[in-house]
Amino acid sequence: MISQVNDPGKTDEAGKKLGMWLFLYTEIILFGGLFVLYAVYLTRYPNEFIEGGKELSRMFGVINTVILLISSFAVAAAITAVQKGQRKIALWAIGGALGCGGIFLVNKYFEWGHKIALGIYPNSDRLLDGPDGQNMFFGLYYVITGLHGLHIVIGMTFLAVSFGFVLAGQVTAKRFALLENAGLYWHLVDLIWIFVFPLFYLII
Amino acid sequence: MDVVKSFFETPSPARYTGIGSWLLTTDHKRIGLMYLAAILFWFLLAVLIGGLIRFELMFPGETLLSAKLYNSAFTLHGVIMIFLFIIPALPAVFGNFFLPIQIGTDDVFFPKLNLLSWYLYMLGGVIAILSLFSDGFPDTGWTFYVPFSISTNTNVSTAVFAAFVLGFASMLTGLNFITTIHRMRHPKMGWMQMPLFAWSLYATSWVQLLATPIVSITLVLVMVERYFNVGLFDPAKGGDPILYQHLFWMYSHPAVYIMILPGMGVISEIIPVFARKSIFGYKAIVVSSMAIAVAGSLVWAHHMYTSGMSDTAVFVFSLLTFVVAIPSAIKVFSWVATLYKGAIEMSPPLFLSLCFIYLFSVGGLTGLVVGAAGTDIHVHDTHFVVSHFHFTMFGGTGFAFFAALHYWWPKMFGRMYNFKRAYIASVLVTGGFVFHYVPMFILGLQGMPRRYYDYLPQYANGNFLAGFGALFMIVGIFMMMANLLVSFRKERDALADPWGGVTLEWMTPSPPPLHNFVIEPVVLDYPYDFSGVIEKFAKKPKGV
Repeated sequence: MISQVNDPGKTDEAGKKLGMWLFLYTEIILFGGLFVLYAVYLTRYPNEFIEGGKELSRMFGVINTVILLISSFAVAAAITAVQKGQRKIALWAIGGALGCGGIFLVNKYFEWGHKIALGIYPNSDRLLDGPDGQNMFFGLYYVITGLHGLHIVIGMTFLAVSFGFVLAGQVTAKRFALLENAGLYWHLVDLIWIFVFPLFYLII
Repeated sequence: MDVVKSFFETPSPARYTGIGSWLLTTDHKRIGLMYLAAILFWFLLAVLIGGLIRFELMFPGETLLSAKLYNSAFTLHGVIMIFLFIIPALPAVFGNFFLPIQIGTDDVFFPKLNLLSWYLYMLGGVIAILSLFSDGFPDTGWTFYVPFSISTNTNVSTAVFAAFVLGFASMLTGLNFITTIHRMRHPKMGWMQMPLFAWSLYATSWVQLLATPIVSITLVLVMVERYFNVGLFDPAKGGDPILYQHLFWMYSHPAVYIMILPGMGVISEIIPVFARKSIFGYKAIVVSSMAIAVAGSLVWAHHMYTSGMSDTAVFVFSLLTFVVAIPSAIKVFSWVATLYKGAIEMSPPLFLSLCFIYLFSVGGLTGLVVGAAGTDIHVHDTHFVVSHFHFTMFGGTGFAFFAALHYWWPKMFGRMYNFKRAYIASVLVTGGFVFHYVPMFILGLQGMPRRYYDYLPQYANGNFLAGFGALFMIVGIFMMMANLLVSFRKERDALADPWGGVTLEWMTPSPPPLHNFVIEPVVLDYPYDFSGVIEKFAKKPKGV
């Protein structure tokens, strides 16, 4: 078998995508562990979870959801643009998605800041003196949205790298696995938020 | 012996020479050997630490180690053996080296990712070492159970982070292998022509991929708890410590199948070669590998019968545990049936494989004792459990690792080792093993708890005997390794096919060239067809 890999003329784009999908499974399971905790504590403290949900700003949640949906659209558009050879549009689209990610993080910063100002943060006196279920709700809120925020940062890094490669002309209509995989990752981060959003903001 | 340059002489990428040609290589064979060097280092270190634990226990009272040091020693022994040796041993060393060759291709699908996995593995090891010198190594045991892991002053965060990084390395290796098997098999090799070692790696990789993230998040939560005190597992704050155990074992039980499945694959390769007979029940072994991967993911809570779960949960998990014994037993029957009426050619790899079957069966059967809820209440957290999992993990995976080393050593390095010394060492290890662990079964039944550095006078005899066994075993292990290493003093002398194997790695020179094959390999319709080998070896004088 002389070289399927080292042969530059022949790259297996489908295989690269398969590898990325496998990686995405692992990310889903990573969050799955936290969703297990959420499920257990929800059945144990349903009333406190509902009370906790009321304290979160639904406005912030909705805005962030819309922002992520727009960014996912932008990434998908970027991939189509690259496939059609429209590099400029692709760069704008990736830039737009990066911008959306940035806005999401800024929103998150204000949201967390507001909660912390109210004395709601891990191990705070208010949570320790309050009911156990409340502490669990906000504990999970910080852990899950925190980990999700970290994934936003990782996803933005991937997008930024792809931006650089598109700019350098390394990602082309024939070779776009890198951008496509970065896009897949970004969709995953978006998808996880689609689950996180109702679990915390819409639970009433 | 051959004009073709081996991969030792041809760096890849070609621009690197010297040490760089190893540290920056993307050649799966070199990466496999780099894993081998690191893994052997960790293995021998953990063997010595294990020896320290055993010698401390040989006599009552404090002899070698203080109580605190003893706690760190068994934690260190566990963490190194689990995360740095058993989990990566077979997939990372032999999987890397032989998976691409066995399926007739020239490398894994993501060669750079493969190198990254090696660096993550090394980084994990270095972090584990660092935690030794900062605040003292954790004294929690390798399971890092809350609440102790959150409240103890030792450096749990660093050790947990090391395990997290190692998990990442293992996950990426799994990802790489699955993609390789799907996309790069020889065009003529269908799924049912794949060698059983490759099949076992495929099953293992799925478990690595699907189970490891659970332990990653669990370990992250331990760090979060230590830094932020969220209280997710703290009953005083509304959390539940049992949930930690669930999350931990959701990974760590499937992980024992990560450890044993590739070992079973190795044995399935060795037995037919030296019985000169097609493996009995090829499809049954394939299906049982996958069945173990699935069923093994559903039995985690059998580690928790005494933790305070509901009786229903105990009953269900006990039942599932018995179910998972079936596919393992199918394999044992298949191996024994393969040997039946075979033209058996004794060799060190076969000898070690036979020891494997015996020791692993003992481990498996005693697993049913601890898997049954009733008897487990009696032996839970005693030396019985310690002995049981050493029979499966060491007697199983460890011996499969030794067997694989002896089976593939001539292929990897092109040198044959001394058979006589290999036999002597194997007998020492196996004999020592039995003398080491059988007394522990009895001690456990008598009620001696695990993880205690001292004991009541009635346990003195058993502990004394076990210490003797340990001594023989350790001497045997070092002798075995020395015997293999001594072969480097010779010129390369191994034939392309010293054993009479039929899988593709025996159709290429020893050691293999950079792109693995000199001529296009021929894929057999049935991967264990020995008719050609029997003819070939009938003409030659016996022996190698």
